[in-house]
Amino acid sequence: MTDATRNFMKLQFAAKSENESFARVAVAAFVTQLDPTMDEITDLKTVVSEAVTNCIIHGYDSDAEGIVYIEVAIEQDVVSLTIEDKGRGIEDMELAKQPLYTSKPELERSGMGFTIMENFMDEFELISDIDGGTSIRMKKRIESKKALYN
Amino acid sequence: MNLKMELEKHRDALIVRLSGELDHHTAESVRLKLDEEILRGRCRHIVFSLKALEFMDSSGLGVILGRYKLIKQKGGRMAVCDVNASVYRLFDMSGLFKIMPVFDNEGLALSELEVAL
Repeated sequence: MTDATRNFMKLQFAAKSENESFARVAVAAFVTQLDPTMDEITDLKTVVSEAVTNCIIHGYDSDAEGIVYIEVAIEQDVVSLTIEDKGRGIEDMELAKQPLYTSKPELERSGMGFTIMENFMDEFELISDIDGGTSIRMKKRIESKKALYN
Repeated sequence: MNLKMELEKHRDALIVRLSGELDHHTAESVRLKLDEEILRGRCRHIVFSLKALEFMDSSGLGVILGRYKLIKQKGGRMAVCDVNASVYRLFDMSGLFKIMPVFDNEGLALSELEVAL
């Protein structure tokens, strides 16, 4: 059964840091149809930035041959965001999620990426395979639409 | 480049005004420029003035915390000022305010740094 209100988009792009701002803007533009607040848009842009940066720096070790995959789906008032790489994977996911932990202190990573994603989104799931890649699946309810669907 | 950086010397302090978007891509140029200023001894203290900073993520936190370590090693101090609500939230979440003060504007930040000299 298909939900007539469901909408989605998919993106894939080279794992280059130049594309971080593109990814943020593209996701924000797609989500605009839910009429989010500025704060909600900022949350989503920040989360996209964190996840895409992780794919580039950690998933692909800054090898621009890698490809970052984004899927955004909208169902009623909920935005589902999946951001994936096919890179090296995360050995210890619990450690990676600890605030201020970073596997790359030499790059001045703050270790706050996952903490920000967990804080800014309503649901957060991390799936990773060593040498297979990492997938982050998140959901956020856009409050401005609440009244319509409650 | 989506980030602009303006530097202004004020006695021993360097005011760093950032406008636009501070992310992993743009953080590198900030790091290189400020490290040059710090390591050549051109400034003792740094004030990050962020009124026109429209976007920042954890890479921005990383570059600010990295400069803090350098400045502190050399006996200087650091402050942030004119921080918008979303950037404030990231600073708060990361515990940044536990190690450096935040001020409403550049004038207040500078006078605080100078009083502390």
